[in-house]
Amino acid sequence: MTTDSLKTRALPVLTVVAAIIAAWYLAAVLMNAPFQRDLDRRGDVTSTTMEFIGKTLSQPKPIVPAPHQVVVNVFENTFLRKVTSNRSLVYHSWVTLSSTLAGFGMGTVLGILIAVGIVHVKALDRSLMPWIIASQTVPILAIAPMVVVVLSAINVSGLIPKALISTYLSFFPVAVGMVKGLRSPELMHLDLMRTYSASPWQTFWKLRMPAAMPFLFTSMKVAVAASLVGAIVAELPTGAVAGIGSKLLAGSYYSQTIDMWAALIAGSVLAALLVTIVGIGSRLVDRRMGVKPA
Amino acid sequence: MTSSPSPVVSARKLGLTFQTGDGPVHALSDVDLEVAKGDFVSFIGPSGCGKTTFLRVVADLEKNTSGEITVNGMTPEEARKARAYGYVFQAPALYPWRTIEKNIALPLEIMGHAPAERAERIERTLDLVNLSGFGKKYPWQLSGGMQQRASIARALAFDADLLLMDEPFGALDEIVRDHLNEQLLKLWAATQKTICFVTHSIPEAVYLSTKIVVMSPRPGRVTDVIESTLPRERPLDIRETPEFLEIAHRVREGLRAGHSYEE
Repeated sequence: MTTDSLKTRALPVLTVVAAIIAAWYLAAVLMNAPFQRDLDRRGDVTSTTMEFIGKTLSQPKPIVPAPHQVVVNVFENTFLRKVTSNRSLVYHSWVTLSSTLAGFGMGTVLGILIAVGIVHVKALDRSLMPWIIASQTVPILAIAPMVVVVLSAINVSGLIPKALISTYLSFFPVAVGMVKGLRSPELMHLDLMRTYSASPWQTFWKLRMPAAMPFLFTSMKVAVAASLVGAIVAELPTGAVAGIGSKLLAGSYYSQTIDMWAALIAGSVLAALLVTIVGIGSRLVDRRMGVKPA
Repeated sequence: MTSSPSPVVSARKLGLTFQTGDGPVHALSDVDLEVAKGDFVSFIGPSGCGKTTFLRVVADLEKNTSGEITVNGMTPEEARKARAYGYVFQAPALYPWRTIEKNIALPLEIMGHAPAERAERIERTLDLVNLSGFGKKYPWQLSGGMQQRASIARALAFDADLLLMDEPFGALDEIVRDHLNEQLLKLWAATQKTICFVTHSIPEAVYLSTKIVVMSPRPGRVTDVIESTLPRERPLDIRETPEFLEIAHRVREGLRAGHSYEE
């Protein structure tokens, strides 16, 4: 059984990972070679092919850092530094995570409220949706600095502006998913409520809300990833001193490509973690609601 | 019409016309009918004859466009608000996130019964439909027939004297259906409820009913009302007696008459 699942599940994953790493190394060698060749010519160094490849993979500021360089950087900055240190990835991740979570929380609540409004108030149904969709066509990179500048002018800074950008990105999938979810009960289930002469409030809590749960969690998975993107983007243009976004920005100022890649890794680990947590939440709710195991 | 002092359902010249893109559809026209207390009335007829629509008008799920109808002497809306009836749909319509007992508790929660009373009623109605011990199961863990029994239990859990059943056994196989028909008759005898029952099946209608309403489509109308002469106590093999077959024959004739100038 275990060897079976190893073969069927682990093997394909490992194969893909190996292929990606191989391609990455190849790209690193090819991309870093011109600079290294230039350097060697000026320094009048001649080296064998193997030595040359070795050097392309150990430049301090490579165009494409080699996988092992990034791994070492991530490892050092995650485990070997104090978490309060400005160089610690844990510290920066936490800064980004806190505004992600605040924004995700607000975005989810806002999205649910909007969906409830749309489903229950005909005027909102007609008027709100086009605005919501329009809101998402505005490039977030254009909005983020304005929000931060306007808010700092009224002395709101730090976590709140970043969380608001996350909210802006994350309410949308929740609102859209919940509108669909709250409208998902079949006619017979709604008729049943009518035969009991149930109040709209009772119909909402006993029928629409439970029926919308699977939709909510699917949307939340999208929303939590969007929140993270929002938080990182909000850190980019604002001269933020901490966070994964500021780490990316600093890296690009000083051509510290390895740091940038390490920050990217930290971001994707964070995203995977957040989506997994929402997934676990979804499974717990499923179990509470007696969903037939697949 | 019978001279029963207060009929449970009384319809006079009842009509319902749906306005559709292809013009008006006369789902019901000129329906005159009385259902007396304690009756078991079956509505039988081909698709589109308005039998389900009639039931939905009684339940205030549709509004009649002409004529008059009273339920327990009130308008259907008042009757619905007074929770005068329990409705059993074609499908069990159980909420999948609730266990069977929670599903039965649903109307009780909505109508504000206390938890202790809820538990007592759940137990009693589960017993009535022979589902004792299945209360903690989720709907998907039960067979189709058991699910439909659970939905009947849900309709019985609160004290409505009128039970409206819209082809409740239509999706079930013959063996299960026979069994449920037998149980339904016992239930009817035990609870003294008035039952309106929509069906496609002639034997089912004849076996269950004290009164059979034969309907025909376009426009949906009543073509015959047959008072059953069968005794209230009905074992399954009553279906082979000449009396039963004669009533079934009359129903079939009625259905054919309603159809004759269509095809």
